[in-house]
Amino acid sequence: MKTKMRVLAPILASSLLAGAAAAADDVKIGLMFTLSGPAATLGEQGRDGFLLALEQIGDLGGLPTEVVVVDDEQKPDVAANKARELVARDEVDFVVGPTFSNIALAIHKPVTESGAVLISPNAGPSPFAGAECHPNFYVTSYQNDQMHEVMGAHAKEQGYDNVFLMAPNYQAGKDSLSGFKHSYDGGIAGEIYTQLGQLDFSAELAQIAAMQPDALFTFMPGGMGVNLVKQYRQAGLASIPFLSAFTVDESTLPAQQDAALGFFSGANWAPDMDNEQSRAFVTAYEEKYGTVPGSYAMHGFDTALLLDAALRAVDGDLDDKEGLRKALEAADFQSLRGEFAFGPNHYPIQDFYLAEVVKRDDGKFQTSIVRKIFDDYQDNYAEDCEMPE
Amino acid sequence: MTSLFLLQLLNGVQFGVLLFLIAAGLTLVFGIMDFVNLAHGVLYMVGAYLMATFAMITGSFAAGLALALAATLVFGLVLELLVFRKLYDRSHLDQVLATFGLVMIVNEGVRIIWGTSPLTVPMPPLLAGSIPLVGPLQYPVYRLAIIAAGLVTALGLWLVINHTRVGMLLRAGATNRSIVSALGVNVSRLFTLVFAFGAMLAGFAGAIISPILSVDTGMGESVLILAFVVIVIGGIGSIRGAFLGALLVGVVDTLGRSFGPILLRTIMDPSAASQTGRTLAPMVVYILMAAILFARPAGLFGRNTS
Repeated sequence: MKTKMRVLAPILASSLLAGAAAAADDVKIGLMFTLSGPAATLGEQGRDGFLLALEQIGDLGGLPTEVVVVDDEQKPDVAANKARELVARDEVDFVVGPTFSNIALAIHKPVTESGAVLISPNAGPSPFAGAECHPNFYVTSYQNDQMHEVMGAHAKEQGYDNVFLMAPNYQAGKDSLSGFKHSYDGGIAGEIYTQLGQLDFSAELAQIAAMQPDALFTFMPGGMGVNLVKQYRQAGLASIPFLSAFTVDESTLPAQQDAALGFFSGANWAPDMDNEQSRAFVTAYEEKYGTVPGSYAMHGFDTALLLDAALRAVDGDLDDKEGLRKALEAADFQSLRGEFAFGPNHYPIQDFYLAEVVKRDDGKFQTSIVRKIFDDYQDNYAEDCEMPE
Repeated sequence: MTSLFLLQLLNGVQFGVLLFLIAAGLTLVFGIMDFVNLAHGVLYMVGAYLMATFAMITGSFAAGLALALAATLVFGLVLELLVFRKLYDRSHLDQVLATFGLVMIVNEGVRIIWGTSPLTVPMPPLLAGSIPLVGPLQYPVYRLAIIAAGLVTALGLWLVINHTRVGMLLRAGATNRSIVSALGVNVSRLFTLVFAFGAMLAGFAGAIISPILSVDTGMGESVLILAFVVIVIGGIGSIRGAFLGALLVGVVDTLGRSFGPILLRTIMDPSAASQTGRTLAPMVVYILMAAILFARPAGLFGRNTS
């Protein structure tokens, strides 16, 4: 599962062959995503989003760009080894990845300690947002808690006072429910932790039916979410508002389809985002890959734009580490989501929205922005970060 | 509370019926052919994928189901002829290794053919609704249909095994394989038949569950472990044991998951109860298995090997 691809403009390639000492000025980027197993769709979107931007830009920062794509197999030990290979053997300047937070925890040290820069286009674990923030680590997506906080704030605004909470029994599931409660202070009808990877929710749905809560908040990524949404609809519970994070999005909607209509999710972007770049991106992505891009693809695309802008700011001088860091922190690029800035911990400060699943005229499904929940929102860990100079 | 109990009982029976369809083939193959087939879950997965494909092509649930059943039968036959036939005389360890390898190969093959995104099968409109049970509680018609389909299949199996010549040979084979062979029965053909039929049952389970669960690679593994628990509880080789074992496991698992924390709440504070409950719930089935094996080492209906 290892593919290498060269994205070289022909002219630059021939100048390379001519023996110019251009090798030192190549920029080499390792992409590490989860590209196999049940969650591969998420990783593929991230990879495709990045490669699409690369194709449109040509060469990042005007430098001949080489990309190495690796699959972390969603296994932390495999990921750590492959990250070491990327920085030691392939000598990449940047690692873009991964998809999941547990992988981020595993590859953070091998990558950042080698002097390479790690940019996460999806995972936003809390440790690196706070006390363990690192000058060589950036996140272009969000801090993990924020999506859950969005839904908590929405539930509070709606005046719900009896919300049922359900998440898988592992770290991210617990973080999810505590994130929700961070911005929601109403009553809790019940709190269930399900087994990670559970596919039949009939027993849990029966309890929800018996409780008749004001709303359900859940975090069920991947295949779990596909099943939960279908069964929630089948159990006749759709009249109870379905609030979620990472449960109904463009990676799961092709399987959920009508069952997810009208269900809510937290978002920092949606395919119907109202700006020119975003519309062009969605059109180009759908033309090339045939599916509706989700935020995973958007983050990948934005990461390539960020790298391009930073490399241009230092005139392609990869040895200017200080300048490169300043340029990355400045984030001087036009994000697809509109306004984008890095906080002092290298995590984004951005707007968050309530999104709803809609059916498009062409029969495909996507999330659609309902209203803004947070304006220029920063994560809760940033103040603990003292970024080393 | 009683109505919730009724609802959860239905859920448990539905899960049990599904487990039975998978375990029936597994117990026959294990009991009659003395063959440990870890790849049985793969047949469940392939059944679901074929169902998704044929339902999409034909646009009809019934036609899709019929085609998927035929196709898994053929798939089972091909596997038997190409792979399993060569493994019958090998040791259990060889069988485990070979069939485990097959699981990986088929999973990867499915990923190459159908891609990584989970597939979905539309629910037949006739069975789409849910019927009111008690108060606000409703039950999906489709899950009732699964229960009915499973019970009809169980009845059919019972008739075949207890009242036909093939069934007689199967029972004889489960009791003493070499004598049946010595009596001039073509055991090899019997094995092929059993295997293909077991494959079709597993495929049937995968096909009928596909409108409820997403069709995903690896869906077979999670259910395979419970299927093994079922046949160990029921007694290896016994269809009757598989049926009772499956219902027992389905009901105990479902009730344990939902009522465990509620019961614990009466003796400890709520947060500790939910913590303990979610730790205990996945164990309940295995504790049940250990208890049954303690009382009856060969399972509920297993032949005594000692």
